[in-house]
Amino acid sequence: MKADPKGVLTGAHYLDGDFALAEGALAAGCRFFAGYPITPSTETAERFSERIPRVGGVFIQMEDELGSMAALIGASWAGKKAMTVTSGPGFSLMMENIGLACMMETPLVIANVQRGGPSTGLPTLTGQQDMMQARWGSHGDYEIIALSPDSPQECFNLTIEAFNLSEIFRVPAFVMTDECVGHMTEKVIIPPAEEIELVERKWYTGPKDKYLPYKPDKDMIPFMVKAGDGYHFHSTGLTRDERGYPVINAECQDFCVRHLVDKIKMNADKIIKIEEEEIDSAEIIVISYGITSRVTTRAVRKARKAGIKVGTIRLITVWPFPEKRIKELAKRIKAFVFPEINYGQVVLEAERCVEGQTKVIGVPHCGGWVHNPDDIFKVIKEASK
Amino acid sequence: MKKEDRLEEINPIETLLRMDRIPHIWCPGCGIGTVVTSFAEALRKSKIDLDKVVVVSGIGCTGRVAGYIKLDSFHTTHGRAVPFATGLKIANPELKVVVFSGDGDIAGIGGNHFIHAARRNMDIVVILVNNFNYAMTGGQVAATTPISANASTAPYGNFEYPFNLPYLAEASGATYVARWTALHLRRVTKSIQEALAKRGFSFIEVITPCVTLYARRNRLGDGLNLLKYYYEKSEIQHGADTRTLDISYQGKLIVGKFVDIEKPTFLDCMNEHLGKVLGDKYQPYGVSHDRD
Repeated sequence: MKADPKGVLTGAHYLDGDFALAEGALAAGCRFFAGYPITPSTETAERFSERIPRVGGVFIQMEDELGSMAALIGASWAGKKAMTVTSGPGFSLMMENIGLACMMETPLVIANVQRGGPSTGLPTLTGQQDMMQARWGSHGDYEIIALSPDSPQECFNLTIEAFNLSEIFRVPAFVMTDECVGHMTEKVIIPPAEEIELVERKWYTGPKDKYLPYKPDKDMIPFMVKAGDGYHFHSTGLTRDERGYPVINAECQDFCVRHLVDKIKMNADKIIKIEEEEIDSAEIIVISYGITSRVTTRAVRKARKAGIKVGTIRLITVWPFPEKRIKELAKRIKAFVFPEINYGQVVLEAERCVEGQTKVIGVPHCGGWVHNPDDIFKVIKEASK
Repeated sequence: MKKEDRLEEINPIETLLRMDRIPHIWCPGCGIGTVVTSFAEALRKSKIDLDKVVVVSGIGCTGRVAGYIKLDSFHTTHGRAVPFATGLKIANPELKVVVFSGDGDIAGIGGNHFIHAARRNMDIVVILVNNFNYAMTGGQVAATTPISANASTAPYGNFEYPFNLPYLAEASGATYVARWTALHLRRVTKSIQEALAKRGFSFIEVITPCVTLYARRNRLGDGLNLLKYYYEKSEIQHGADTRTLDISYQGKLIVGKFVDIEKPTFLDCMNEHLGKVLGDKYQPYGVSHDRD
């Protein structure tokens, strides 16, 4: 399916990451935005409020982030592609209904322009501290998809990708950017609508009385219908069977939770995108994502000049984590170096995957600014000895 | 005699219930079922397109209503039925969205969403079943528990001022406000019918017996005793000043239709305002040609 030209602002623009998130969503066909203002993500909401009345969509500023997420799930079930944007404190409030979205298997997109935490933390300064929260923030077991753009252009591209993935897998998809990328202004090329490939939701078309909202199809993903189309279906946040009816026992819990986890785990290879550079000859591999990968570039250049064989992996998809690839590389390198703007989050996942086969050295940063490339360089140098 | 000839066996509201989920979980003497009956009756009488009716509930005893109504129905998170309904309604303005939930859900944890949806005049119907306590979790004190009534977390009696819900709804901007008890079944049905026919934020509070917890803990007897209380102490006062509708422990219950006014809805206001400001650049939202 091609993008609707109405929402696509084709051309070369000079946009910040926050604006590019909004443009990506509009290009992806998002016609419903519910949100609550929070620094440093507010510009996305502002852009939406300005643009969406001109393309036949609706913007609503909700009373809080709890309501924003609830409205998003409702809107998605009414058939609209829906998005919200937030930052740390708002992200915490969204967790309740992110769990509901996972349970109801509802496609929707959440962008988090991360700032330093915990609590109110650093409203105007950067961080990558909500990465584990994106993965585990709501209670119970579930899987989500999280992408991490490193530029305004990628904010645009990955928002479209997030919509596509959320539609394919009936799961909330996250665009985990940060204050630096959000407020960074760069060239963003928006292609013509016919070059933007979108995924259509997998609509059920069978007999009305046979519809089962949670019966996994061959690809594991159940068919979806819209509220108002006469299927008279039920959906609940309780543990439920194929019919969407609550069943409170261990057997149904196993069916329900296993499915929510497996539909992402088993399809991880189809979801995961990473960018590798000079991996084949590398002794050290630096793993990074988002803004930190741009800082890493400088540190790596310096290391190569110093004669160290360094490769890089940039995680475009952070969740699901590229477990297989990391395991594979762990067998033949001296060390992974993993800088991120937090006190050590995704690095723990790398450590788990490596299973002690090589060293994993984190380069933590508590937030407020990006790493000094020299700090990353020093760790690379140390690791190469 | 063939089964289909035995008319007494076919309950006219059965087609609106998920009969494969009956028996329901509600206690004997509970008033929620009677409100559901009124709702189903109102739907039947309203002759609206049932495919377009969506029921949204939150959490709690009344939160289970969505699971028993055989329409598109969502059982959501605690307190969030109203914003969920907001999303459904404005994403597809053709839907008739009904929030059916309890006092703890809508006025307690969801109070903020409730007042904001009323302020925006979101075109939804809110049916709030008020049983004066958090029943699903065992009868804890609520934002609606009358002063001095006992609850499991107010073992010495409640000393907090309770909400006067019709006053809250009117002050927040609701265009239709009514209160009844589970005794006033036909009146409840009529109010729901009126609300379904209306555009705007409609609010109906129905006071119902919670026999197992509220009544037992306060030694008020069984369901019949509570209905007797409603019978003796309720007074129909249509158009009453909502400021006067506080409920005291076993005191007078002023019921009736208090507010029924016309006011443009959220989407009306949005379309009118943006149309005026943006002119041709505005794509009117929610009118039929916009549907894809």
